Amino acid sequence: MTGTNASPTNIGIAIVGGGLASLRAAETLRRAGYRDPVTILSEEPHASYTRPPLSKTALKEGPNVAQLAFPRRPDVDDVNWMVNTRVESADLDATTLRTESGAVYGFNGLIAATGVRSRQLPIPGPQEGRYVLRTVEDAARIHSLLKPGVNIVVVGAGFIGCEVAATVRAADCNVAVVAADPEAMIRPLGAQVGASIRERHESKEVQFYLGRGLKRYLGVDSITGVELSDGTTLKADFVIEAVGSQCNVEWLAGNGLDLTDGVLVDGHLVADHPTPVVAIGDVARFPNALFDTVPRRIEHWQVAGDTGRHGALSLLAAMGQRDFGPKVSLMPYFWSDQGDLKLQSFGAPNLADRMELLEGDLSGEAAMGYYQGERLVAVVLFGLQRTAVKYRGLVSDAQVVAATIV
Amino acid sequence: MKVHVDMDLCQNYGQCVFAAPAVFQLDDDGELVYEPNPDDSTHDVVAEAIDACPMQAIFLKEKVQS
Repeated sequence: MTGTNASPTNIGIAIVGGGLASLRAAETLRRAGYRDPVTILSEEPHASYTRPPLSKTALKEGPNVAQLAFPRRPDVDDVNWMVNTRVESADLDATTLRTESGAVYGFNGLIAATGVRSRQLPIPGPQEGRYVLRTVEDAARIHSLLKPGVNIVVVGAGFIGCEVAATVRAADCNVAVVAADPEAMIRPLGAQVGASIRERHESKEVQFYLGRGLKRYLGVDSITGVELSDGTTLKADFVIEAVGSQCNVEWLAGNGLDLTDGVLVDGHLVADHPTPVVAIGDVARFPNALFDTVPRRIEHWQVAGDTGRHGALSLLAAMGQRDFGPKVSLMPYFWSDQGDLKLQSFGAPNLADRMELLEGDLSGEAAMGYYQGERLVAVVLFGLQRTAVKYRGLVSDAQVVAATIV
Repeated sequence: MKVHVDMDLCQNYGQCVFAAPAVFQLDDDGELVYEPNPDDSTHDVVAEAIDACPMQAIFLKEKVQS
């Protein structure tokens, strides 16, 4: 491919990206008996660490990457971690990767696990004072600015926006949440549940400015405020932007893969290419047989681990080293800590067309059923941890029933 | 095999219960209770529970093998 280097160094199975999914994939490859080299190439300077605390305790107390790191099992001691290594491109026909520094490596199988990055919108005005939250370095930067009385504007009212708002408010900062959506958490959970979550934050003096876009940032060299689309101005010492994510797929361009909204893969997480390639974690767009055949990305921590394990076995199958197992059928799970509120979700509330209160009270502890027609596709809990086993079972059973009817 | 849960980290999300119900349970108040000395036969499911814990609060002390 390079013309000058006929046989680049072979790194065995290449796992591009260094998050949770990559770690689980590497462990699974070893546990399945794969003994050839396994190499993880990660642009981050650390091995895998757990990200969810970055919007919660680690943001409040200051992140410690040693504490956030996943325990390293002995069976992955011989996995080669190439940190600070950004893969710039892949040539799937030639089975080579090129890094940002120009190094070229050959591989036997490829695991795409590059995840997502924080989306940033083009906003006019000063750019100094714009922050996003994805990595431990991001969390450390924001943590260093948290002082009582500081004015913070959080852009975005989804999970990260609401979690961050609760965390910085608990650090006695003044917090305003701005979002174009008409209600907090409306896209994952719907307006009614979103309103209840917003009211909990408002009771802690978090202010919400919803249904309004950002017009520009105010200030000379650095941000001192924001102007909203309706002309409202808010004071801001800095801004935390949590307006969704963008898939890290550019390095796979030019190989004929479908890269619209992540890497499209089949029910085994295998990409449509003669070279063995799977995608796992946030970047994988796959059908989940538990619900239907529509490929979707699922940005949940638990799904990263599940697809990491599954994808590793599928890659070995695509390499002819074992048979394919069953297709991916997983119960999506997420949790969210927002101040006193402990929220959990089993299933896929985004597939629902209506919500019904199953138990409790939306202003206190509650169980909410999410239905697609008559089919229960998710249960979301406010507190009520002791009911988790029961409701997860109900969601699981409902999919079995639905499959039988179809 | 010895299992230890850091109860300062634990938020009773119960993911360990799904992975290893013989070792981890939520009581009637939704608080985690667990068997600190489970049988070695539960090793694999305990490993799953460790992986699944959102708070990464579960730790395993295995017998040192020579």
